[in-house]
Amino acid sequence: MHNKNDNVRSEIIRRSGVNPVKCMRCGKCTATCPAFDTMEYHPHQFVYMVESGDIEPLMNSNSLYQCLTCFACVDRCPRGVEPAKLVEAVRLEVIRKQGANHMKPDSIPAMVEEDLPQQAIVSALRKYHK
Amino acid sequence: MQRIGVFVCWCGSNIAGTVDVKAVAEALRSEPGVVFSTDYQYMCSQAGQEIIKEAIKEHKLTGVVVCSCSPRMHEATFRKTAQAAGLNPYMVEIANIREQCSWIHKDMETGTQKAIILGRAAVAKVNLNAPLIPGQTPVTKRALVIGGGIAGIQTALDIAEAGFPVDIVEKKPTIGGKMAQIDKTFPTLDCAACILTPKMVDVAQNENIRIFSYSEVQEVKGFVGNFNVKIKKKARFVKEDVCTGCGICTEKCPQKKVPNEFNLGMDNRRAVYIPFAQAVPKVATIDADYCTMLKTGKCGLCAKVCTAGAIDYTQKDEIIEEQYGAIVAATGFNPISLDKFDEYAYNQSKDVITSLEFERLTNAAGPTAGKLLRPSDGKHPHTIVFVQCVGSRCAACADKGKEYCSKICCMYTAKHAMLTRDKYPDTDVYVFYIDVRTPGKNFDEFYRRAVEEYGVHYIKGMVGKVSPQGDKLMVQASDLLANKQLHIEADLVVLAAAIEPDKSARSIATMLTASMDTNDFFTEAHPKLRPVESPTAGVFLSGTCQGPKDIPETVSQASAAAAKVIGLLAKDKLTSNPCVAHADELMCNGCSSCANVCPYGAISYIDKEFRMPNRTTAIRRVASVNPAVCQGCGACTVACPSGAMDLNGFESAQIIAEVDAICR
Repeated sequence: MHNKNDNVRSEIIRRSGVNPVKCMRCGKCTATCPAFDTMEYHPHQFVYMVESGDIEPLMNSNSLYQCLTCFACVDRCPRGVEPAKLVEAVRLEVIRKQGANHMKPDSIPAMVEEDLPQQAIVSALRKYHK
Repeated sequence: MQRIGVFVCWCGSNIAGTVDVKAVAEALRSEPGVVFSTDYQYMCSQAGQEIIKEAIKEHKLTGVVVCSCSPRMHEATFRKTAQAAGLNPYMVEIANIREQCSWIHKDMETGTQKAIILGRAAVAKVNLNAPLIPGQTPVTKRALVIGGGIAGIQTALDIAEAGFPVDIVEKKPTIGGKMAQIDKTFPTLDCAACILTPKMVDVAQNENIRIFSYSEVQEVKGFVGNFNVKIKKKARFVKEDVCTGCGICTEKCPQKKVPNEFNLGMDNRRAVYIPFAQAVPKVATIDADYCTMLKTGKCGLCAKVCTAGAIDYTQKDEIIEEQYGAIVAATGFNPISLDKFDEYAYNQSKDVITSLEFERLTNAAGPTAGKLLRPSDGKHPHTIVFVQCVGSRCAACADKGKEYCSKICCMYTAKHAMLTRDKYPDTDVYVFYIDVRTPGKNFDEFYRRAVEEYGVHYIKGMVGKVSPQGDKLMVQASDLLANKQLHIEADLVVLAAAIEPDKSARSIATMLTASMDTNDFFTEAHPKLRPVESPTAGVFLSGTCQGPKDIPETVSQASAAAAKVIGLLAKDKLTSNPCVAHADELMCNGCSSCANVCPYGAISYIDKEFRMPNRTTAIRRVASVNPAVCQGCGACTVACPSGAMDLNGFESAQIIAEVDAICR
């Protein structure tokens, strides 16, 4: 079961520092996710799919960019699995393959508007940087 | 010089399959002190033991080495054998050539070599062994039970039934504990009070039992069979022997705004109160924090209305000193605080309650007289959401939750859900679960009944967020099997909060020198084979202070603890283990290092007069070990900087001889 995509799987686990085996499948991450309705794959599915090496569908899914990186799932997870960090690691896998930064720190000042929440910038940087 | 006999056991093929037992017996024959060496198929059998007995007599042996299984298995057997042949039992040593040799090696040659080395070490030790004689201490035939919940009650009743006096110390004004607050009990649904209160009355009426209610253990000194305990009886400002429990004072007291802890603060009581109608002892208590008379000296209404003259505003805390042979910890549990679980809005809405609060809301003696009404507006809730594992199985939240499973929540939630649907069929009941755990007699049948007969909606998934909106509670949760996020408009949310040991347990464990685990549950002497004894001799464990338990389990364990206590109190004298520490007073410099590391409080210091040069004397402070308390762990021998501490039967010289023999 775990032979599929083994290299990608271990690289994602290494990069995120997340141990998906700790997940006890309670679904609190998905219960807490504010972007649930827009996501094709939900936080608990991310964890399970990375655990079982089923990573291709995740990399091709729009869900990677629907995650708000609000980290609510990380905060609420009773087992310390940190699903948002897994989402981020899979996203990096895609972005690095494309070999380009989508967003540079230098370009941020131009984007800042008064009523833009700071977290949006941080999230955007997390999502599109590297 | 010793005359040592070596007996090598085959243990069928367990040892002989990997160790050349004949070669071992042969090799050990030439060790210093060995005068006889043999091997046999089963040394522990009757025939094997006869070989040892005969050899002791025939060869006038002064020491015995048995190369066999772990000493945990048969050391006692072989010591008895030696004793029967007239040898001091402590002249027997076991070389463990099974668990530590044959079972872990595959190769005959290395196995045999290692067995010889282990045997050699045992021979080297026996050469330095000296006969040891166990001491005897008397037993005070009285037991102390700390905690008056169902665990403490059952333990006390069983000990008293066997004819021994028992004292129960309970910090609250009444015994009864958590079970008194519960409405119904799973899986039979009989009423908790109906089965508990007769037991409370039995306690009150039993001549062998004294209840120290509104009291706390303040100090424990001594050791197994001879504990000396100070109990603080807190001033309740009511004469216990005069009060008739009529309750007139609790009706007339003008201070009406005291949160009623028995109903978990969901209603108020007076400053003078009796916790509940069936309280034992049925005696009023004045809450000094709220009583106007005690605070300002103006009022005294309760004293005026009391026809028995039981009110005494001048009462002081009283210290009672008593001797006990055995102590039982039955300190119980509490639900954890949910203050840090913001996502469930426990502190934001009155309609988010804990399961224990739900018990009070459905109890006929509770704040709503048993009608299930919302705490906020007193309306009947139509949609109720139960959330399981709130703070349980929470490995990532050490600051707020518990890593363990609280064990009882699955069943009581099923009970709550079922009873709600039974009484109020117009309510929708949802239970969010991670796993439903129902191991127990008739437990799974009970849970299935809730689903199949009562139509409770069980949903696999957790609640992520509860947000109060108007008079509703918006519950956002996941349904993992349907891969959906649910939004439920609920009227009442019930949280199955994790349970934790009572906060008093830690200080009591310190007083008893009883060990605890990282969660502050008392540790048992052996998790499987000695589950109701603390590793500290004379201290026993009853109920949830040892780990989460439901009522049937608590009662079984309580009775088991009582059986152990009775076994101890039935003895007139206790034989103590002679393998205890002792201090070489000439080397001891009184530094206290040993006393600081002693987990049993066995070491004290005495001022002793020593002869000094030129006919002078000097008083020096030296360590003194109480052999009845010492468990022979050896921590002091390692801590002692001057090498004054040594352990009988495991003296430093013996250990070094063993090491030398291995390294030879």
